[in-house]
Amino acid sequence: MRFQDSLITAKKGISVHKNRSALTVLGIVIGIASIMTIMSMGQSAEGLVMGEIQRFGPSNIFLLPGRQPSGPTDAAGTLLNDSLKQKDFEDLQKKSNVPGAKNIIPYVFGYVTTSYDSEIYDAMVMGSTELIEKNFDLSVSRGVFFEMRDVEEKEKVAVIGDKVREDLFGNIDPIGEKIQMKNQKFRVIGVLEPEGQGSFIDFNKAVIAPYTTVQESVLGIRYFNRIVVEAESIEKVPEVIRDVKSLIRSNHNIDDPEKDDFFIQTQEGIVDQVKTITGILTVLLSSVAAISLVVGGVGIMNIMLVSVTERTREIGLRKALGATNGDILAQFLYEALLLTGLGGIIGVILGTILTFALSYAARTFAGLDFPFIFSVRGLMLGIGVSVSIGIVFGIFPAKKASKKSPIESLHYE
Amino acid sequence: MDALIRTEKLAKIYTNEDISTVALEHITFSIQEGEFVAIVGPSGSGKSTLMQILGCLDRPTGGKYFFEGKEINNYTDDEFAQIRNEKIGFVFQAFNLLPRLTVLENVALPLMYKGVAPKERIKTAKEMIDLVGLSDRTDYQTSRLSGGQKQRVAIARALVNNPKIIFADEPTGNLDSKSGGVVLGFLQELNDRGHTIVIVTHESYVAEASGRIVHIIDGKIDKDEKVIHRRVVAQEGFRK
Repeated sequence: MRFQDSLITAKKGISVHKNRSALTVLGIVIGIASIMTIMSMGQSAEGLVMGEIQRFGPSNIFLLPGRQPSGPTDAAGTLLNDSLKQKDFEDLQKKSNVPGAKNIIPYVFGYVTTSYDSEIYDAMVMGSTELIEKNFDLSVSRGVFFEMRDVEEKEKVAVIGDKVREDLFGNIDPIGEKIQMKNQKFRVIGVLEPEGQGSFIDFNKAVIAPYTTVQESVLGIRYFNRIVVEAESIEKVPEVIRDVKSLIRSNHNIDDPEKDDFFIQTQEGIVDQVKTITGILTVLLSSVAAISLVVGGVGIMNIMLVSVTERTREIGLRKALGATNGDILAQFLYEALLLTGLGGIIGVILGTILTFALSYAARTFAGLDFPFIFSVRGLMLGIGVSVSIGIVFGIFPAKKASKKSPIESLHYE
Repeated sequence: MDALIRTEKLAKIYTNEDISTVALEHITFSIQEGEFVAIVGPSGSGKSTLMQILGCLDRPTGGKYFFEGKEINNYTDDEFAQIRNEKIGFVFQAFNLLPRLTVLENVALPLMYKGVAPKERIKTAKEMIDLVGLSDRTDYQTSRLSGGQKQRVAIARALVNNPKIIFADEPTGNLDSKSGGVVLGFLQELNDRGHTIVIVTHESYVAEASGRIVHIIDGKIDKDEKVIHRRVVAQEGFRK
């Protein structure tokens, strides 16, 4: 029997029961559509986060207090840790200690209620040096950024995000006005350019001031939440990491690296972490979708078994006319494959539409810069999985059909 | 010349748990090419079982079966399928057409399993449909045909592979006497043209249309007689 004829025979077999076939493949359609959507959205989310990370530049090294968090519950330990002190910052700035470093930028931050007149805004206050402007590639739309002198002299000056400006000042020009934080008055000297959402740090909602002032007058702390060490070049990153580690260890009197009360993150490291997290999430969600595929596969097998029994006489007749066991096997296996393949294709189309709608919604309603990505991996997986399901769940009914004795089948009532 | 079909002590015993039923035993006979043989007997006599074994649809449990001089007892399923496909045509009591397919598709089915290309399949099948006088029904679904027409489609299908032998199992059983007469007339004409025909029946008037009657009683050949066959005129006629 020619291959094309087997296919045509299988196609006719399916089209006899159109409704039944459609309902049967529904499970496969839903499963493939879910996997397709999850993988595409996962890729989009990863792309979005990666864009943000890459904004830091690959030569930035993050020095954080505490231990490398081993899980989400560990993160609080890092935020509250006070191991990075002023002396660490000052020693890092000495060229002889870390020769490969270009800039050292310290950060402190916390959420604080700010007010102007009767207006109130809960802002994220960030304390740093004037170098934050370059480090985060920020720019002011009005006024100026603070300078090194402001940091040294603990000036109470602030640069505010656009959202902060809008909520506190409305149509008033904020430059020169004073906002209040923790009973301290800060003079607004600049307003940041509004920027798109989706960042780790939403600068629209931030108030930036010299770290010296923020530490002393706002947060009341004497340590840093993180220190960014900018290496002269990407090639020097490993060397800088080594120098930073040995400097901080000697400052903190640590001999055993196991007992470090600080840790270092690089862009590369963060990228790897994000990839791991999104990877785990995608696998996890896909496994849930895979359950639907298994259920769908069992449905296919069930309907194929019913079909084989229903068509026992047809099988007997076909055999009497010269169909070999292989011909009958092929007929029923192709029916299952056509069903799942069709389900796979519909699933991919549905998944693509769903992904498009979701990313559109994310852009429109959540204001995220969420790209629509057609996941080729999802497509390959979807088609591959649906065909495999056809084979796995179709082979048993098809084998059963092919083994039927022609004479018993012909006499089947 | 070797007989087309020859059996030696052919037996079929059905075993169901501890009870074994003898359906056929000591069947030794042969059929020459060009013969028109009727196998008759009361129901349960084993005549259908014999036809199924001769038609390679079933296997004997004892004895030997020679087809075209070759012993085929130990042929594989696929080899049996090939013999059925290329050497044997079947006409069944219940017609056994596929109701969702057209007349043309039904008739062409054996050619499909032989691996013949569609164009040639259609050409040959159309010739056979023409032969049984159903050219105007070529594209009908077979569920829309009358019983007599269905059996003629079945005959066309049995002929399409130009088989060595045609087995007809109670071909008139589901038909009124007029349609039955037409079908019998066809079979006689095919025999006139040199086709070997084996017909299984319990109706004497059908058996009398053949040239030789083999009586089966209790799984054994009771009587094997040559007869001068009674001509049945195919009223709707073969297309010459």
